[in-house]
Amino acid sequence: MSDFRYAVNVLPKPGILDPQGRAVEQSLPHLHVTSVSSVRVGRRVELTVSADSEAAALAVVDGLAKELLSNPLIESYELELLEATSSAASK
Amino acid sequence: MRIGVVTFPGSNSDVDSLNAVTIAGVEAVSLWHESPDLHGVSAVILPGGFAYGDYIRAGVIARFSPVMGGVKEFAAAAGLVLGICNGFQVLAEAGLVPGALLRNRSLRFAGRLVDIKPERLDSPFTRSATGAPMRVPVAHGEGCYYADEAMLDELEARGGVLFRYVREDGTPATDPDEPANPNGSLRAIAGVCNAAGNVAGLMPHPERMSEAILGTDGGLGVIRSLIESAAEWEAAGRPHAPGRAVAPAKTKVEAGR
Repeated sequence: MSDFRYAVNVLPKPGILDPQGRAVEQSLPHLHVTSVSSVRVGRRVELTVSADSEAAALAVVDGLAKELLSNPLIESYELELLEATSSAASK
Repeated sequence: MRIGVVTFPGSNSDVDSLNAVTIAGVEAVSLWHESPDLHGVSAVILPGGFAYGDYIRAGVIARFSPVMGGVKEFAAAAGLVLGICNGFQVLAEAGLVPGALLRNRSLRFAGRLVDIKPERLDSPFTRSATGAPMRVPVAHGEGCYYADEAMLDELEARGGVLFRYVREDGTPATDPDEPANPNGSLRAIAGVCNAAGNVAGLMPHPERMSEAILGTDGGLGVIRSLIESAAEWEAAGRPHAPGRAVAPAKTKVEAGR
């Protein structure tokens, strides 16, 4: 068994209203920033999966991302493998 | 006959819902989120609140709670399910009603009275309503109804819109930024039902306007509708065929008062 550390990055889909992104964008003039646009605010979840292989870990994370961490109707997600460590040695 | 009201950790309108059912003259039963057993109730209300803290997205964690297994089976067997506010969010996350509830366009929690109007009076959830606008409270941060254009068109075509936010003159508050639309919902949609017509969700709180001491009992029509429809469904021996507990769309409420 190995431990796989993943990040799940969730963002509102293009075209979906993102009031948080809009609020951030509207606050930019207060910081005298005029060169920034198209702000989107999402969510990042990091988690560790214990699995026999990276493929097995990926399947678990992907399922979670689809079912729980994002709503496919309004959000898209990307998975990022951060770290893989063998947990056999420590157990 | 008994109507069940689910309590999730973080529900806060469960007692209001139990009370409204009691006022409407029917026994109300509290259902606990940890058990899929619905105790033989004839209809289920998923109440408002902040189930499981609304973490990740409102309603999504509640969707996986044991009681929702029972609710899904009940809905599949043509049982009537009404989700109010957070209950609507749970139903949407569970895929039992179409669409999603986004963060309010204003980014502010909307806690005030709004006017909503039933779109049709032949649904199990509106049959005892008058068709006139009703003034009911909203209390939510994520109530902006969203579905893509194709889904919205399909929803409208099948009569799946049950309530819209309306202006003082009774016309739909279709501009997402106008005050009569408290959250920016597309097409002023405040409540929808599934294709079979037996599962409905709405953001405003009719149960909090269900006795005269609260100022008006204008919301009681929704609760009464649910009770009457559930009684008919029981009397017919709980017909299983989707839609049989539900009259098809015949009448459409005209725009204006």
